[in-house]
Amino acid sequence: MTDTAEVTGLTDETELTGLSDTGELAGLTVTAERKWTAMGITLENVSYVYEQGTAMQTAALQGISLEIPDNQFIGLIGHTGSGKSTLVQLLNGLLRPTSGRVLYNGKDIHEDGFDKKALRANVGLVFQYPEHQLFEVDVLSDVMYGPKNLGLDEATCKKRAIQALENVGMKEKYFKTSPFDLSGGQKRRAAIAGVLAMNPRILILDEPTAGLDPRGRDEILGLISEMKQKLSMTIILVSHSMDDVARYVERIVVMGHGKKVFDDTPRNVFKHYIELEDLGLSAPQITYIMNTLRDYGMDVHTDALTVEEAAAEILRAAKRQP
Amino acid sequence: MFKDITIGQYYQTESLLHSLDPRVKIVGTLAYIISLFVVDSFAGYLVCALFLIVMIRLSNVPVGYIVRGMRAILILLLITMAFNLFLTPGETLVKFGFLKITKQGLAFAVKMAIRLSLLVIGSSLMTLTTTPNQLTDAIESLLNPLKRLRVPVHEIAMMMSIALRFIPILMEETDKIMKAQIARGADFESKNLIKKIQSLVPLLVPLFISAFRRANDLAMAMEARCYRGGAGRTKMKPLVYQGRDQGAYFILLAYFCICVALRLLPLPFLV
Repeated sequence: MTDTAEVTGLTDETELTGLSDTGELAGLTVTAERKWTAMGITLENVSYVYEQGTAMQTAALQGISLEIPDNQFIGLIGHTGSGKSTLVQLLNGLLRPTSGRVLYNGKDIHEDGFDKKALRANVGLVFQYPEHQLFEVDVLSDVMYGPKNLGLDEATCKKRAIQALENVGMKEKYFKTSPFDLSGGQKRRAAIAGVLAMNPRILILDEPTAGLDPRGRDEILGLISEMKQKLSMTIILVSHSMDDVARYVERIVVMGHGKKVFDDTPRNVFKHYIELEDLGLSAPQITYIMNTLRDYGMDVHTDALTVEEAAAEILRAAKRQP
Repeated sequence: MFKDITIGQYYQTESLLHSLDPRVKIVGTLAYIISLFVVDSFAGYLVCALFLIVMIRLSNVPVGYIVRGMRAILILLLITMAFNLFLTPGETLVKFGFLKITKQGLAFAVKMAIRLSLLVIGSSLMTLTTTPNQLTDAIESLLNPLKRLRVPVHEIAMMMSIALRFIPILMEETDKIMKAQIARGADFESKNLIKKIQSLVPLLVPLFISAFRRANDLAMAMEARCYRGGAGRTKMKPLVYQGRDQGAYFILLAYFCICVALRLLPLPFLV
């Protein structure tokens, strides 16, 4: 039985290599051989239509093919209504695609007998404003809710919850307070811990910085980046702001009008900063500065992602000039 | 889960029914509901059903969309039918043990099912073609005479419009929280009754908190806009009857007279 499963997995992947446009993803292509053993989520030509059969019928996603390997930091960017929230709900099986297939480790997640609960433990999804889902009497028991649903015993749940809370930088003195007495940023941390406690291989965060002040935003983003390094999981950071993700992610998927527009390294995506504007997005501010400098005749590379990189590049250019 | 419930929802499209004055639609729906209880023969129900079919055609709402909404009351419909079928005394047709189906019971059950279905479809047709705002405007306008009796008509209308407005918001919120908890491994499809009740806690607590938060925000926003109730308030779009509204009243009257006539006249072909 395992043999057949592996064989089907193989054919799926081979088909996909033919279909997907991995050519332009120079930095991301994995060798064919590794792909067969690689874990992760694969979307095959997935479309999703809301309210099918009514006047409100809208196609949220059209023909998306996407590969999400293990241990990668991905930014999923799109304007409001570009389909990014729909896309993340397809990734853990909350929504069923209208057409196309979603594979996890080579297996169709909507096939009969597929363990959706195990999938949701492996693919953790943190919704927008996750603090709105808190309900328990204290923070620790709220974080234990996820592991408990997986059928783990009390001691293991507690251990995982404490670990998750530590990973999001929650101090022990808060473990026994009511989640409703926490500040906004702390509530969000507690809610992220609630998903983290399920030990996902892939963690999806939908606009984790929405509604936070600049300081809270930097704290959460720093925390996510830290988690990525410490736990070596795949993180998908959904956002509409390039400035948020540019600094952290290794790959950016840009969504526009329900379609995948770009899928590349941040540097390559930001080269298209004019096309990004047509999608209601913008490249990081630093990209604009560097491009303006070059338009004024300064001999700089425009692909700096952070202020530090830009400063170094400008200094270098200044030295090069006679 | 809630996608199937079309009762109380507005269906955005353009049609004659959509453009009618909301007061006509409220009066019409009331008249239609009363007419369903006035008629008591299959011929009468046929007239009611035909009237409804014409109205549905005029509303441009897809029939499939309306029928899907019926699924919500299917259980109620079946229970009502079962009670009427087995508990009406009369001429016995079939007998299983202590349960017996009578001729009168069968006729009554079928009539009851038709009446309930028409009732639900008829009233949901009103909400499908009228925005909640229009609806409360119309109720306020229709209840206006009661103001002399010191009935707080404006406040009632305001409460209704807020309640109606919050139905889709809270449904969406429920859906969101449900999804968030499913993502944390929650199981809302368990067959076990105790587990089912337990699984509602992670859903209801956040839902209540969010409802209170929204109520608070709304109260604050209303106060910030100096809301002081209805006295001296004017409307951006006051309700004014057009020619087609008068025509609609006339058709309603004619329909209602036919229904009353079907009940009162001892026509031999009526069952």
